[in-house]
Amino acid sequence: MTAALLDRAARLLRGVRWYLREFSGEADYERFRLRHLREHPDEPVPSWREYERRRARHREEHPQSRCC
Amino acid sequence: MTAPTAPSAPTEPPRSRPRSVLLWTAVALLGAVGWGMLALARGEEVSAIWLVVAALGSYAIAYRFYARFIARRVLRPDDSRATPAERLEDGVDYHPTDRRVLFGHHFAAIAGAGPLVGPVLAAQMGYLPSTIWIVVGVIFAGAVQDMMILFFSMRRDGKSLGQMARDEIGRVGGAAALIGVFAIMVILLAVLALVVVNALAHSPWGTFSVAMTIPIALFMGFYLRYLRPGRVVETSVIGVALLLLAILGGGWIQDSSLADAFVWSPTTLVFCLIGYGFVASVLPVWMLLAPRDYLSTFMKVGTIVLLAVGVVIAAPTLRTDAVTPFASSGDGPVFAGALFPFLFITIACGALSGFHALVSSGTTPKLIQKESQVRMIGYGSMLMESFVAVMALVAACVIDPGLYYAMNAPAGMLGTTVESASRAVADLGFSITPDQLAAAARAVEEETLIARTGGAPTLAVGMAEIFSQVFGGAGMKAFWYHFAIMFEALFILTTVDAGTRVGRFMLQDMLGNVWKPIGRVTWKPGIWITSALVVGAWGYFLYVGVTDPLGGINQLFPLFGIANQLLAAIALTIATTLLVKAGKLRWAWVPGLPLAWDVAVTFTAGWQKIFSDDPKVGFFANRERFVDAIEAGQVLAPAKNMDEMHTVVLNQTVDGVIMALFLLVVATVIANAAVVCVRAVRSAEPLPTTEAPYVESRIEVPASWPSDGGREKGREPVGVGER
Repeated sequence: MTAALLDRAARLLRGVRWYLREFSGEADYERFRLRHLREHPDEPVPSWREYERRRARHREEHPQSRCC
Repeated sequence: MTAPTAPSAPTEPPRSRPRSVLLWTAVALLGAVGWGMLALARGEEVSAIWLVVAALGSYAIAYRFYARFIARRVLRPDDSRATPAERLEDGVDYHPTDRRVLFGHHFAAIAGAGPLVGPVLAAQMGYLPSTIWIVVGVIFAGAVQDMMILFFSMRRDGKSLGQMARDEIGRVGGAAALIGVFAIMVILLAVLALVVVNALAHSPWGTFSVAMTIPIALFMGFYLRYLRPGRVVETSVIGVALLLLAILGGGWIQDSSLADAFVWSPTTLVFCLIGYGFVASVLPVWMLLAPRDYLSTFMKVGTIVLLAVGVVIAAPTLRTDAVTPFASSGDGPVFAGALFPFLFITIACGALSGFHALVSSGTTPKLIQKESQVRMIGYGSMLMESFVAVMALVAACVIDPGLYYAMNAPAGMLGTTVESASRAVADLGFSITPDQLAAAARAVEEETLIARTGGAPTLAVGMAEIFSQVFGGAGMKAFWYHFAIMFEALFILTTVDAGTRVGRFMLQDMLGNVWKPIGRVTWKPGIWITSALVVGAWGYFLYVGVTDPLGGINQLFPLFGIANQLLAAIALTIATTLLVKAGKLRWAWVPGLPLAWDVAVTFTAGWQKIFSDDPKVGFFANRERFVDAIEAGQVLAPAKNMDEMHTVVLNQTVDGVIMALFLLVVATVIANAAVVCVRAVRSAEPLPTTEAPYVESRIEVPASWPSDGGREKGREPVGVGER
């Protein structure tokens, strides 16, 4: 009984964490890293810092409107 | 990124199982009871719960039946067809995103201050007409527009609304749409900034806490760039904690000797906002815009959830009449004009918002995993937005009507003392004693609540009322009031920076055709010039809104509402044209009916604004009145001298001309589209379209809920479900 409850709570918590990481874009670097390893196996993977800088630069040139 | 899984499940469950029939009958009954309670209860107190029940019941039915009908019969999304996210995946602009995550992103991008402010102003006509339009409007117009534009843009690799207009309607329509979008954006930014100015003027608490968001965002920006790159959640948690501290700090400042340093006049605030808008739009995004965006998104979602919980637990009673006399007389103090068309213009975003078409044809279509998800993301997010509008309406209707008018009628009518305001409210047919007015201001620790127009302060008072019943009691009222002000100001300011940037890019794009260097997005002087032009444009309207004796939200909000609804007319025209071109003439009524309604509303409103003889409604009639007075050497209230008289004449002319220009632009788009439609119907073979060719999808995502079989289980975002 308690084990089942604990299991459900843990799953819920994992779910919340998953959602927050996906929603905030934190999970994107990991995806990028795996993709980079797959597509350019011989080039070094840019660091998270470098990745975020590129992303900021990209955002600079692609503004997104927020609505009213 | 999504591993192929077992063969796809059937898209729809078997039809008409007894249990599902029973469930949907129950939902329909519940919704009907909600509407019945709202419409029929007279002379007794109606609980806000019924409003929520009526809305949620209707949304559920609409999502389950109407949205499904649109998907199955009209748009016919095909899950075997690869979406642009799959075909063009580059990990940057295009990548298939889990639909619950994308739902969150899309909702965060479309939700803003519009659905909060509009219903608050519309409450002057009573809760019933406003609720009906918010719910019916979203079901048949707003959500349909968002879903269709999302679908059509997705089929065209995420093309923008302007590009679709040019490609599918023609050069003239396309150019008109582009100009329309830009002009509407300028008005939008001015109105939103005006809401902030009205909320912060003469309020040291509010001014201090909102000003603190700038150093907080800068801190987060540097933290994310240099200390912990990419750790957005952690940074946002710190940011929100600092924000709450800033709100508490505002209370402390208010009681200290520093208070006077933060008592700013509206004009000072206008110049601060204009300066801020310029600086924020030329600084690198990582410094101010990005962290502010994270903050405002988390605050937005958090506060909306809090408000929903508060309304359900506190179950406040509605104190506004179901329908007030202003609905038919058209001489309400908050905005002039009769229910048709001005109620629909005023509610704007919560029911139908043309601006959403820009988001639906921007980022979101490039991220969709499966075509059928347009229903949840397009239609579903808009239902959520409408629910936000319903809650804003609740917040405006639970406060004492006397206080509502004392806060929302123009300053010229109310005077500056509690006594004069009390008398003015009595003249309107409502009552509030000077003592009650003073007590209401004291309860939220503001100097005064008289003529705090703009909607934000009223909403904040309503939210403080609801929140303090659930969390913290009367002692927390001042905190909740300033919490609500901060939350609105925060995302309005985010919209102001983001909007200025988008406007600058549009302007660079347009001017780049004339003079090449200015179109280059990396040329600094070009960026400064175009930013200054955009800021100057909205800054002008903002300045006018504050300094013109007749200006203010009563004057500008209708302009904004009409502009937004006209943009919706452009979007719905594009949707209708695309259906006709695709040979689906028999379904053209789905976007066509809301289009006809929207055109009727906006053109009637625009016509009245231009040609009405009533100086309260018509720009030119009012202009005449002031011109005549100037010739006779008289000064008309609320102007105080001849200079102000001339200001009024100039501004009424500008507003009237802009209105006419908007109508002309939209009429051009519609006429051009009509020609294309007639040609499409007559043509023996289908006209060329720019739809991307079919490519078979290789990813497998079941459309049923929950989706990700083997992957991590994500929690459902609040308020979403297979409704």
